[in-house]
Amino acid sequence: MFTFKPVGVALATATLLAACATQMNDTVVPARGPGLGRVATAQEIRAADISIPPSGEGLPAGGGDAKQGAQVYATQCQACHGEKGMGKPADALVGGIGSLATPKPVRTVGSFWPYATTLFDYTRRAMPLQNPKSLTDDEVYAVSAYVLYLNGIIAENAQMNAQTLPQVKMPNRDGFIDYSKK
Amino acid sequence: MNQPTRRNAAAPVNARADDTLDRRGFLTQGIKVAGAALAGGAVAPAFAAEPIGKGFPAWATTMGKPLNTYGQPSRFEEPVKRYASSGYGTLAPGTGSARAPLEKLEGVITPNGLHYERSHNGVPDIDPAKHQLLIHGLVKRPLTFSIAELSRYPMVSRICFLECAGNSAANAIAPEPPQASAGGVHGLVSCADWTGIPLALLLDEAGVDPAGKWLLAEGADSAAMSRSVPLTKAYDDALIALYQNGERLRPENGYPVRLLLPGWQGNMSVKWLSRIKVTDGPTHTKDETSKYTNPLPDGKARQFTFELGVKSVITRPSATMTMHGAGLYEISGLAWSGAGRISRVEVSLDGGASWRDAALQGQALPKSLVRFRLPWDWNGAPALLQSRAIDEKGNVQQTRKMYKAENAVDGRFHNNSIVTWSVSADGSVKNVYV
Repeated sequence: MFTFKPVGVALATATLLAACATQMNDTVVPARGPGLGRVATAQEIRAADISIPPSGEGLPAGGGDAKQGAQVYATQCQACHGEKGMGKPADALVGGIGSLATPKPVRTVGSFWPYATTLFDYTRRAMPLQNPKSLTDDEVYAVSAYVLYLNGIIAENAQMNAQTLPQVKMPNRDGFIDYSKK
Repeated sequence: MNQPTRRNAAAPVNARADDTLDRRGFLTQGIKVAGAALAGGAVAPAFAAEPIGKGFPAWATTMGKPLNTYGQPSRFEEPVKRYASSGYGTLAPGTGSARAPLEKLEGVITPNGLHYERSHNGVPDIDPAKHQLLIHGLVKRPLTFSIAELSRYPMVSRICFLECAGNSAANAIAPEPPQASAGGVHGLVSCADWTGIPLALLLDEAGVDPAGKWLLAEGADSAAMSRSVPLTKAYDDALIALYQNGERLRPENGYPVRLLLPGWQGNMSVKWLSRIKVTDGPTHTKDETSKYTNPLPDGKARQFTFELGVKSVITRPSATMTMHGAGLYEISGLAWSGAGRISRVEVSLDGGASWRDAALQGQALPKSLVRFRLPWDWNGAPALLQSRAIDEKGNVQQTRKMYKAENAVDGRFHNNSIVTWSVSADGSVKNVYV
């Protein structure tokens, strides 16, 4: 994909992977460890597991809408992402829908991101940069709703929660080609 | 340090009409010449010693410094530093990257203090006694490990490169070629001897459910950097790395523990690793959707483009250096491929019109940097230096034109295209697009 292969060069990837199972850089990999792992409790796992896949599995209780989100945005996000998500100094969050195939693509949450769950996941874990993981789940739902609303993807009064957020169809949902097996 | 190694060649070595070395001559004498040119660095003007006969210098007539417990480079090497740049300035000084000064380094192992760094919200100050690695999700026994426990596991060491998928991005998107050094543009690649536990050992201990096909790796930093990785990679050559070039990982490279996925986007080798969740599919995190994907001209984007392409760059001479007159120089550079071993590196002195083989230094390890060298008897005329790497799978490093045609106008990830250094008659070296 980033390179071209001369005609005649074929690669049996599956065979290669199998052959590498016990060989690494010409080093034999040890067969087993001493078994020192301690079984994690359900409570420990709940506290640590903050990742949200497109299915929405693991989304917390609570919710919020764009009106509430506008308040969160003004105090927590606007200094870096600009008024109404227009960007600067940090990434623009809004706009660019329909621009991806043009000579001036604008890649934002609205135009480029395939899943709304990613917006919740990333905002909750990493934002705001100076004080990450400080927003309540309600605030994350609300500010996610605000960014989706500014992009024209949901209505201003649409409640975002564990049920509705995974249902949001992002404009670029089908814009990615899976290369994980290529 | 700002000039390529140079030696006044007493006798030209197999010089052709174009004042370069032919391949046959190189094969017979090249290695010897390369060695001589390297040793010649010691007599390059910037390193000229005091004339002999003026007596002993101060360091030969006074006691040296006392023993110290952790060595540092000579004070005269103070200018050899990473090139740090943060996109957000004082707003987020830890968000950005620091590039390895490739043009000031030799061999293939990057010293720990100069290994490139890319951080998404600064470097955390992690107390290893309070750090845990949790493995859960689609496993029979969710497990947690302390660093002390991990340190008791059997380990393997391997030399491999790490490269940020955004390396060389400026050369992809800047309308005019950036006039920065080789490291300044291409220094988001480094190579180290990593030691750690095969991830497969820990996964086996937890017992992966047959429904598990991917994992999510997450860091303990304030960005909680997270990426999805297919389990096939975990069982292929993934390491839970604890050591970097013999010492514990540096904080900016993931202390006390990081994931290491040889040959794949550096971003996936999650630093400060605190959690691995076995899943049935990818999580589609921010850094595998909005970033580190490869936009195409038609508006679509390639996702999960893990493996880094075959690539090389000449580090000496390179942009911002000055050649001091005609004579014998050594062309020296680095090559690597995420697909395996480098099998060959070719060098062009005429912008890709003709090529000759460079010598590969030592054993080319899979997914490792390899050093290549070629003696060059420069006749003082303008030249366009390029290197082109080929790996054991037959992948050939592509041209910049090919990269641009294949990617969207703002496509910047996985830029493995051929780099061109333009040498002028006045000896200045510039970065150019051809």
